[in-house]
Amino acid sequence: MSKHRPDIYVAGLGVISALGIDLKANRHALQSGESGIHDITHLHTIHKGVFSVGEVKSSNAELGIVSGISSTASRTALLSCMAAKEAYTDAGLHSETGLKIGFVSANSTGGMDKSEDFYAEFLTDHQKGRLRNVVSHECGYITEQVAGHLGIHHYISTISTACSSSANAIFHAARMISAGYLDVAIAGGAEALTKFTLNGFNTLMILDPNPCKPLDENRRGLNLGEGAGYVVLVSEKALSKLGTKAYCLLTGWHNVNDAYHQTASSPDGSGSYMAMQGAIAKSGIRKEEIGYINLHGTSTLNNDLSEGTALIRLFGDALPKLSSTKAYTGHTLGASGGIEAVYSVISVADGFVYPNLRFETPMKDAPLHPETSFSIDHNIRHVMSNSFGFGGNCSSLIFSAC
Amino acid sequence: MKKKIYIRSTGIISPQDTFGEAAGIDIHTIYNGSRMNAIEPDYKQIMDPKSIRRMSRIIRMGTAAALECMAHSGLTEPDAIITGTAYGCIEDTVIFLNKMIENKEELLTPTAFIQSTHNSVGAQIALTLKCHGYNNTFVHRDLSFEQALMDAILLLEEGDVKNVLVGGVDETTDTSHTILNRFGLYRKNANNINLLHSPGKGTMAGEGAGFFLLTAERSLQDVAVLDNLSMQFDPEGKLNVADWINEVLSEHQTSLDDFDLLVLGNNGDLKSDRKYDSLQKAMGDNSRITYFKHLCGEYPTASTFGLWLAATALKNRKLPFSTGAAHKLNTSGKVLLYNSGMSGNHSLMLLSAC
Repeated sequence: MSKHRPDIYVAGLGVISALGIDLKANRHALQSGESGIHDITHLHTIHKGVFSVGEVKSSNAELGIVSGISSTASRTALLSCMAAKEAYTDAGLHSETGLKIGFVSANSTGGMDKSEDFYAEFLTDHQKGRLRNVVSHECGYITEQVAGHLGIHHYISTISTACSSSANAIFHAARMISAGYLDVAIAGGAEALTKFTLNGFNTLMILDPNPCKPLDENRRGLNLGEGAGYVVLVSEKALSKLGTKAYCLLTGWHNVNDAYHQTASSPDGSGSYMAMQGAIAKSGIRKEEIGYINLHGTSTLNNDLSEGTALIRLFGDALPKLSSTKAYTGHTLGASGGIEAVYSVISVADGFVYPNLRFETPMKDAPLHPETSFSIDHNIRHVMSNSFGFGGNCSSLIFSAC
Repeated sequence: MKKKIYIRSTGIISPQDTFGEAAGIDIHTIYNGSRMNAIEPDYKQIMDPKSIRRMSRIIRMGTAAALECMAHSGLTEPDAIITGTAYGCIEDTVIFLNKMIENKEELLTPTAFIQSTHNSVGAQIALTLKCHGYNNTFVHRDLSFEQALMDAILLLEEGDVKNVLVGGVDETTDTSHTILNRFGLYRKNANNINLLHSPGKGTMAGEGAGFFLLTAERSLQDVAVLDNLSMQFDPEGKLNVADWINEVLSEHQTSLDDFDLLVLGNNGDLKSDRKYDSLQKAMGDNSRITYFKHLCGEYPTASTFGLWLAATALKNRKLPFSTGAAHKLNTSGKVLLYNSGMSGNHSLMLLSAC
């Protein structure tokens, strides 16, 4: 391990979710305990009225106007552009900085919302279907579209490791800065609700029709969500050049593979355990110094038990404050690590500790006692954010006070 | 790059007979039409038959290429697995999409959905090798493999791991080929051997899986050394390729004259091959130039085949599938691999003999 690696600062934030279209709206909803989980309104699916989801309230037309890219673009690109632009501005970036700026963005299904439209026509006749609806099928297309809008061309990268995608994007970006290839990186991810993912998760029978209850003994599955979240990571040199104040530092990260099953987590949570332990080691702190953990906490039987088991194994009786904000936003898949990184940064910077909405009964086999009301704790110096995905991909990040 | 990176072993499945010890790498496989399909090995010789049945074609190809690479490396398990794929698992994505549309979102089964995620290949390799180490998947268009490689280089430079299994994989399916064909990417009745001799409109589609075991420590069995990897994002097509490459080379105190061989990603499409013109002109001497896409076809991770070809040439001091150019490399061999793919981004790799 490189002991003297350079500090990586978080100098900007941008987020859009079921809680609102910008940072301010998200902060407000988190603070007032307002969940974003409701009935489906925009997505055209037979499951409308059946499943609760964390949908961004704006239509594509509205997002097109605010983001500045065409409303005919994939909703993933529209959401990505909204949050990336906010982060870019928040960090005080502009086109004349002379800094090497990168955009590292994750998503799990690219422009699937458009591909679905294309296929419906294509299936009737292979010469049918508008090609403009299938150009964004590639995950990387979305990233390039948004990078183009932001005028970023030094480094553009896309990562897709299912639900841990954004966390991996964030620390790939950090390592690019550490190694000196970049000065600044906007890193995180985006995901739009699609029929493909809604039906896919439905076949796995892990969707709760009602608003989800992460970490609860009586949890019945997850709610899908959508949105985008980005942090702007900068080197010390870039921070002083931009003249911005940093929110905090990104000090720890770790990625492992559970290597247990394509979709299920191992019952003993070995992947989650190793990811958390590795991130703490990288951060150079003692585990007792973690003040709050933003859990992966999807509200599925499998994930929460596995993550809970790993947490108890790692922390014993001395568990830090913890909660899953997916009860607010739903599970935003490829965007979740980005959105939750933003929430974790706010937690370090302003002491926000989020409640685990709808929690009642601790899990029998891995009893966790998450926060049940919003509080502000200025003693928090280190916050861990967990992201675990299909394919055994497990990643943890640690944000620390400057 | 701060360290020399050694390519210890390779494993590749391609439209040519490139897999396994006895691969007849001097015989071209000839393709007519618009598409070259990967020549798949007898998977039963490589993997557990029960698990093969559960894997989709791209997962089989990727896993088999990774296992082949590991077998040649002399190691039992890598410290990290990094995969690049632009299209991901299209076969299963399309199966699930079709069923969803045809059945109007009812009576669906999960198998295709589970295997549709882009990290399925990397995950299957980890499962097969029981590897709990770092695992990541890059999906950035025609630089998906290069970014996986970049991430591997970072890991090795950071020093947290000793070796990384890194690869790229993309498949062509009937559906994806039909759709990409509508963008005018492919010729109707091409022949791969003549593809580059008779440039025209469009190219031939390809596919494949290529894995490489990279280490920062030298060993006796290394295939080649990776001295540099550079990428350029060029959405407006403004880049002067020769100027950029000369700039990279001068940063490395070298110049085009020092290279025994240039391996170029021309695909026979007149318009996209123009990107190679300035470099070919700067090189002057055509006898030091060779190509690879007439062998593997055009696909977003085709540079895996280019890297395999370059590395194999350095190891054997001779080009596999020699196309008339540079049959022999001298002992201080240096090879430059330049590729610009279907999305118009650019990548450059500098390699040398061990």
